[in-house]
Amino acid sequence: MDIVPYLLLATLEGLVQASVLMLTALGLSLVFGVMRVVNVSHGEFFMLGAVAAWVCANLIPGPPYVPFIAALLIAPVFVGALAWAADWAILKRINYNPEATIVSTIGLMYIIQQMTLITFGPDAQAVDAPFYYTVRFPWFGYSGYKFFIIAVAFVLVGGLLYLLRHSKVGLFMRATQFDKETAQNFGIPVTKVYSGVFAVGAMLAAIGGVLVVPSQQAHYLMGHDPLLLSFVVVIVGGLGSIPGTIAAAILIGMSDGLLSVFFSPTLAKIFSTLLVALVLVFRPQGLFGKAGR
Amino acid sequence: MSVMRVEGYNAFYGRSQALRDFSIELRGGEVLCLLGRNGAGKTTALKAIMGTVKPASGALWLDDVNLFGRPAEEIPRAGIGYVPQGRRLFSELTVWENLEIGLLTREQGRDGLDYALELFPVLKERMKQRSGTLSGGEQTMLAMARAMCITPSVIMLDEPTEGLMPSAIAGIRDAVMKLRDSGVAVLLVEQRVDAVLPIADRVAFMDHGEIKAEFPIDEVRENTALLHQYVGVGH
Repeated sequence: MDIVPYLLLATLEGLVQASVLMLTALGLSLVFGVMRVVNVSHGEFFMLGAVAAWVCANLIPGPPYVPFIAALLIAPVFVGALAWAADWAILKRINYNPEATIVSTIGLMYIIQQMTLITFGPDAQAVDAPFYYTVRFPWFGYSGYKFFIIAVAFVLVGGLLYLLRHSKVGLFMRATQFDKETAQNFGIPVTKVYSGVFAVGAMLAAIGGVLVVPSQQAHYLMGHDPLLLSFVVVIVGGLGSIPGTIAAAILIGMSDGLLSVFFSPTLAKIFSTLLVALVLVFRPQGLFGKAGR
Repeated sequence: MSVMRVEGYNAFYGRSQALRDFSIELRGGEVLCLLGRNGAGKTTALKAIMGTVKPASGALWLDDVNLFGRPAEEIPRAGIGYVPQGRRLFSELTVWENLEIGLLTREQGRDGLDYALELFPVLKERMKQRSGTLSGGEQTMLAMARAMCITPSVIMLDEPTEGLMPSAIAGIRDAVMKLRDSGVAVLLVEQRVDAVLPIADRVAFMDHGEIKAEFPIDEVRENTALLHQYVGVGH
């Protein structure tokens, strides 16, 4: 058996998985890192992105790329605004208390899920890919749209990293992450930073949802798997560590792709769960996290 | 002339009263030293002025503007610089990024930064270094420089000499005196009486969250029994 085509296919599938995971997990990691909030409703922001793409596909006429581009713009804005409102209405009121935020985001998760169910029904909804193009390899053809997903994800993550490193907003976010009180002592509006971070985290998840919907269908329960995998990535990478999250997303995504192609998707899930267990036992701060922060 | 006036600050941690009618007045170009035993409420007083501990009542006048009740982030923007106990640098950020945060607080140009680098030239060579990797003395210099970057009219220092070598303490003391000479009002919290006596203009003694007495420094130097009475040390 020639292993090269299988390896290439597994790598490509892994990269697609890693790209979407990177976006979703980065949102979760950013929110935890800066705000110390474990956002259990994060998967619902992903789901809302996918549902928004389906709504755009039904409401906006024209070739499939028109509603898709509209969804890429509208979904993050809508979901970001919703997250901003949730921060204002819930998290700010409970003073970002870590335990209380877990309970309240569980509540938020159910509210978003049930509202989506009531509004759009229980059926999974398919959305056309914005374009159909096949990249030909000597052994098989591969969806050009999946390359597009990888490109969009890496551009967005690169942009976010640049923003964090080289902008005033990024500096404020990092300062708030390291020491909230001292940040306030230097005029940084910490509650505004929190609101912004919560919205940006949700926007990243929503974009992940839009990108994934042509291959997965939109459904009100579709947020569970991305949430769990994002938690896996964030724990493996190191809570709140952005480079750790990126590296862990690539590790988990790639291993998922390789194990699914060569063995079975179930084994891939077993591997990621085992990895979390090993990390928690031998390196609880995560592969890239710092101990005792 | 009075630059900052704190009137009747009362603050609580739960049911425990941490500040009782705390009142002080600072004039431009002077060093007021706050002395007191451990747990007297000195750090709480500074945090209450900075707004990170919310006072229940009182008034905070800075150049005739009452800042009481304003959000914590507005206090430094009004011109109060703060060097917290333990320095509290953003240790994962570089020296430059720490200073940049100070510069962005009020966005009043680079005068504060230029003056800080004139006082602490060693920081110029460390701009790209992570601040957590600096020596203790350099970290204190950076914490002071960061506060100076906001071009404050008042600067509050909470035990800046804590854990420093004698040579580093002398450098910090010189910097405080230069700051005072430039017209800045300095509120200095210290445990070490010997570090205070050479540079303070006035001393306020604090106990159980309130100011018990206030003296010009000459009186304290002449009557060291005051030190024994209020902070339990001989001199």
